[in-house]
Amino acid sequence: MSLPFHLQVEKRLEEPPRWLPIVTSLGAVILSFLISGLILLLIGGDPIKTFQYFYNAAFGSWGALSDVIVKATPLLLIGLGCGLAFRMKLWNIGAEGQFYIGAFCASLVPLVPLMNMETTPRAVVLLVMALFGMIGGALYGFIPGFLKAKFNVSEIISTLMLNYVAVYWNNYWIYSTFSDAGFQMTKMFPKTAWLPRLADLAQQNRAFSGITLHLGVVFGLITAVIIWHIVNHSRWGYEITLIGDNPKAAEYAGINIKRNIILVFMLSGALAGLAGMSEVSGVVHRLQERISTNYGFSGVIVAWLAKLNPLATILVSFLFGALIVAGREIQPSGLYFLIQGTILFLVISSDVLLRYRVRFERTSSEAA
Amino acid sequence: MNFEIILRSGLSTGTILIFAAIGEILTELSGIQNLGLEGMMLVGAMAAFKTSLATGNPWFGLLVGIAAGGLLSLAHAVVTIHFQADQVVSGLSLTFLGTGLALVLGEGLTGQNAPLIPNFTIPLLSQIPWVGRVFFSNLNLLVYIGYLFIPIAWWYINKTRPGLHLRAVGEKPAAADSLGVSVYGTRYLYTFIGGCLAGLAGSAISIAISPGWYSSQTTSGQGWIAVALVIFAQWNPLRAALGGYLFGMLRRFMLDLQGPMTLFGAPNPFFYNHNLAFFLQMTPFLLTIIALVLGSAASRRQRIGAPAALGVPYVRGERD
Repeated sequence: MSLPFHLQVEKRLEEPPRWLPIVTSLGAVILSFLISGLILLLIGGDPIKTFQYFYNAAFGSWGALSDVIVKATPLLLIGLGCGLAFRMKLWNIGAEGQFYIGAFCASLVPLVPLMNMETTPRAVVLLVMALFGMIGGALYGFIPGFLKAKFNVSEIISTLMLNYVAVYWNNYWIYSTFSDAGFQMTKMFPKTAWLPRLADLAQQNRAFSGITLHLGVVFGLITAVIIWHIVNHSRWGYEITLIGDNPKAAEYAGINIKRNIILVFMLSGALAGLAGMSEVSGVVHRLQERISTNYGFSGVIVAWLAKLNPLATILVSFLFGALIVAGREIQPSGLYFLIQGTILFLVISSDVLLRYRVRFERTSSEAA
Repeated sequence: MNFEIILRSGLSTGTILIFAAIGEILTELSGIQNLGLEGMMLVGAMAAFKTSLATGNPWFGLLVGIAAGGLLSLAHAVVTIHFQADQVVSGLSLTFLGTGLALVLGEGLTGQNAPLIPNFTIPLLSQIPWVGRVFFSNLNLLVYIGYLFIPIAWWYINKTRPGLHLRAVGEKPAAADSLGVSVYGTRYLYTFIGGCLAGLAGSAISIAISPGWYSSQTTSGQGWIAVALVIFAQWNPLRAALGGYLFGMLRRFMLDLQGPMTLFGAPNPFFYNHNLAFFLQMTPFLLTIIALVLGSAASRRQRIGAPAALGVPYVRGERD
């Protein structure tokens, strides 16, 4: 039996229409929920109930929504940094480690303490903490950047290994010098080292009571605009994109590739470090184990899903924040990873639709 | 601290890394980089453990573990070979997918005891003084299979016709294609084989060498170490074996350093301050980076390196 038409797959010669990437990404996200639901069904779960629960856990109340934004904040900062590095085809998989080192360095300010926590104005403390976080992350990003530029060491491996090193480093300090009475965490930061939260305004407006949303999200949004500007409207952004697309041409144009590798790695690390600061200062209020729920790796996925577009990163990190919040309360606990992995797989597969077009052709009577 | 114990521990835990790394070497030689080792190993470990528990037959578990790793790798193969997606991103998402699958399907396996692949003493060989006692007695059967597998893999890659085809596809796919070697077919095959070996490595953890199911802690990053091992090994199975065993020994050595009260006649700081162990634990990862720095210098001197077409999708008729 022959069909009255056949599929013709051919390479696109022209640019794909602007709406297509959005449609394919959305389709991929929806499809991946369907697939995860199917797997749930197969192992005897109830997908409808689960996803309803999922939705309520993430968007069911103002408190839940604020939790989503709180979780989205580190993802946004990390996603922006990773996205910038990916533009240069630099695989910074080390945001997790840069996050921990950033959190550690920022924590030094209230823990050592580096300044008088009673008398210094809160804004100054927070600014210094943010700076420390960024510097820590940048220095930790410098290592793989330098090794890549100087010795051509695969940044994928070096960043991955440094992730483990950062976690052990962090553990050493919270188990020993900074340990709070032998617990595996530091003592609570003084209030001057806390990022302001909406809950602080509860006295003026009852609606804000218990809302954990903190100032970190503003860091994220401002950074998104800055990175967007760098990428689209600056000479440096153009250089980065050119190096990523065509390193040979960039070299002929006289662009210093090695210097850019190190710089981009440091900026990428600085943003992950800022995410670490925002997390300890805005959410946990102390340094402890597992301050990251895989933010480093999820940030990679966020950057890719946003197609490395800084403004789209805002939206995608919000979606993933919802996934994390819902995933926390959902059983089985691996469902969160499963959905993440499926989404990414489908999105990168759907990219083929941007490069190729599928045409239905009527089979002519002679050919049949 | 006892050198024999460290060596034997290195042989056991090294075997896990070696299966995974040699699988990745085969995959990468065909031009496909699969960073999803961690995910495939975890799925293999879960499938092997669950099957062994359900059927009471560890060998059946081993088979299912291998197949599970292979099946998962096919997702990466389709996406990177046919859809020409970025291999790094696809590999990372495979890690997430594998971790998620393993955790969802592995619910409730923690704390259970599954039948295991047995330890074994090889007759005759174990009679050799010292060598027999260390290398051939009371080690897991999979460790011995590793002994055989390493030289066979080297021989297959370097001395056989299919091995030649494999390397050709990874170095110059267009040339291989023009000689009638199927580039897509070869890449699918070796991505699958790499996945199967990652599944084997995972099974070697959960039902043989360090048995049990501890959710994502079962593999605890060994898949990533195996990826690093491939680069350290310069895509040579013999060097991968050496690196794998050494890494296994190093981990055990770091653990044992905390035991004695004195080191070289002085009080052992790791004995008196247990928190210093965190520095011992990070050392293998730092040494991996140092090994890569030294390795990259050596490879530039000898002009060897990654397969030329590694990470590059092949489209027939397109110039590279």
